[in-house]
Amino acid sequence: MRRQSASKVGVAEPAMISARALTKRFGQFTAVDGVDFEVRSGEAFGFLGPNGAGKSSTMRMIACVSPPSGGALRILGLDPTIDGAAIRARLGVVPQDDTLDLELPVWENLYVYGRYFGLSKRQLLPRIERLLDFAQLTERAGDRVEPLSGGMKRRLTIARALINEPSILLLDEPTTGLDPQARHVLWDRLYRLKAEGVTLVLTTHYMDEAEQLCDRLVVMDGGRIAAEGSPRELIARHASRDVVELRFGPGESAAMADKVADLADRIEVLPDRLLLSSGDGDAVAEEVHARHLEPAAVLVRRSSLEDVFLRLTGRRLLD
Amino acid sequence: MLPALRTTEHLWRAYRRTWRGTVMTTFLNPVLYLAALGVGLGRFVDRGHHAAVALGGASYLDFVGPGLLAVTAMQVAVGESTFPVMGAVKWQKTYAAMLATPQRVGDVLAGHVTWIAARVATAVAAYLAVVAAFGALHSPLAVLALPAGVLTGMAFSLPLVGYSVRLDTEQSFNVVYRLGMIPLFLFSATFFPLSSLPVGLRVVAYATPLWHGVDLCRTLADGTATWGRSLLHVAYLAGLAALGALSAARAYTGRLRT
Repeated sequence: MRRQSASKVGVAEPAMISARALTKRFGQFTAVDGVDFEVRSGEAFGFLGPNGAGKSSTMRMIACVSPPSGGALRILGLDPTIDGAAIRARLGVVPQDDTLDLELPVWENLYVYGRYFGLSKRQLLPRIERLLDFAQLTERAGDRVEPLSGGMKRRLTIARALINEPSILLLDEPTTGLDPQARHVLWDRLYRLKAEGVTLVLTTHYMDEAEQLCDRLVVMDGGRIAAEGSPRELIARHASRDVVELRFGPGESAAMADKVADLADRIEVLPDRLLLSSGDGDAVAEEVHARHLEPAAVLVRRSSLEDVFLRLTGRRLLD
Repeated sequence: MLPALRTTEHLWRAYRRTWRGTVMTTFLNPVLYLAALGVGLGRFVDRGHHAAVALGGASYLDFVGPGLLAVTAMQVAVGESTFPVMGAVKWQKTYAAMLATPQRVGDVLAGHVTWIAARVATAVAAYLAVVAAFGALHSPLAVLALPAGVLTGMAFSLPLVGYSVRLDTEQSFNVVYRLGMIPLFLFSATFFPLSSLPVGLRVVAYATPLWHGVDLCRTLADGTATWGRSLLHVAYLAGLAALGALSAARAYTGRLRT
């Protein structure tokens, strides 16, 4: 960590989380293969990657429930293998699957959980009231959890993770399986937490989520870190400014690729489309028309994190 | 407060919302057994000359009542140490929620087992009151059948929670119930003295934990308990519980800290 802090002169704040050559093996299988990263105070840090990239294994090590197989990990300056309980006292964990007590009412889920942090009833009652308001669940306080919608359960899980007023909030795929409205409500809540100075660490395979929420992120693939930076930096580094999508009839796109290859920095041939990366998408589109290639549809758009992601992790299907 | 007791409090709060579903198995079934076997079958048995000799002059109700107390302890302990443990790992993932707090794996295990002991204790206490009301207790030592019942329950619970926490499907519980609990229930001197069994089977029965629990509770209830015999039973049951605790600690760590 000395090496890295030397390169960040003026940043006095110690890292909230720092990992060096962090490794996790399950028998012969290496889930996390020597990753280095550092999470600073108050930032929203993301782990992006396809399924099986090692995101959740990394999160479980940070949550101090999975001992690292190798490398160094420090959380809040402490070693998770020695001070796991002390670290967990200052973490909030939103797991991939909700782990709520379905038979208990909403408020009692928060109460029971707060007791684990040694909080008394007197301390808990005002906190629960605040958190129910934050999670927009005040009206459902007395209802059993089981019949609540997915979005409500997710908000309750986040509220529960905040009961100890954590320094770091870990969110493992916080919006997977939610409808667009529920996702936006959740993002809004996460912005508010960020504004209050809570350090957020999240995994996601939604690019829009990463672009919206993360100050900095790493793209993981096959247990390693493929790229690191802010969403904007990653796009600048790994993609051209624009992407021109040309849609042709079935089977035509491969033949058309040769005719436009010289126009793009990089061309990708999909069964139904050509993706042309370029610094000036409009100029490319004009030239395509000038050559009378007549694609069925032309779309000029800015490169997104998704382009970076697919470029770095490939288009193979990972299940 | 000990960290483990936070888990116990959590499980108690959850139980307060679901206790109705457990009334039948925990409190009503033993009473039905007692009424049908102790009173109903008992009248019939007590008329026979051989029975009076084999039971040493006691009524069948006196015989079967304390035996069923140990059975109740076993049933509640097995019930609480199988499906709820798998649920906490797999279905509701309550253990994962607990381990996202300062709780350690050992706290979770100790807290859950403490809760199971409390469930066994309340079931045994309720049952003991019923047996007393039926007039089947004949010694002040019968009060000690409560801790004896809890010890019997723990001798089943501790090895079982360690078994359950490792499982991936609930199918294996059928084996526990059909090949474990039911034969023990039938052949551990609950319903007839072991002298009725052929010698070979008798030796097997002596080796099973339920027989030790049944005999311990029965001798306390009718006042025939001796120090030597009772300590042997306690040592056997406590030994089994201790071995169970060691294996459970390993199993919990293996499953929950991966």
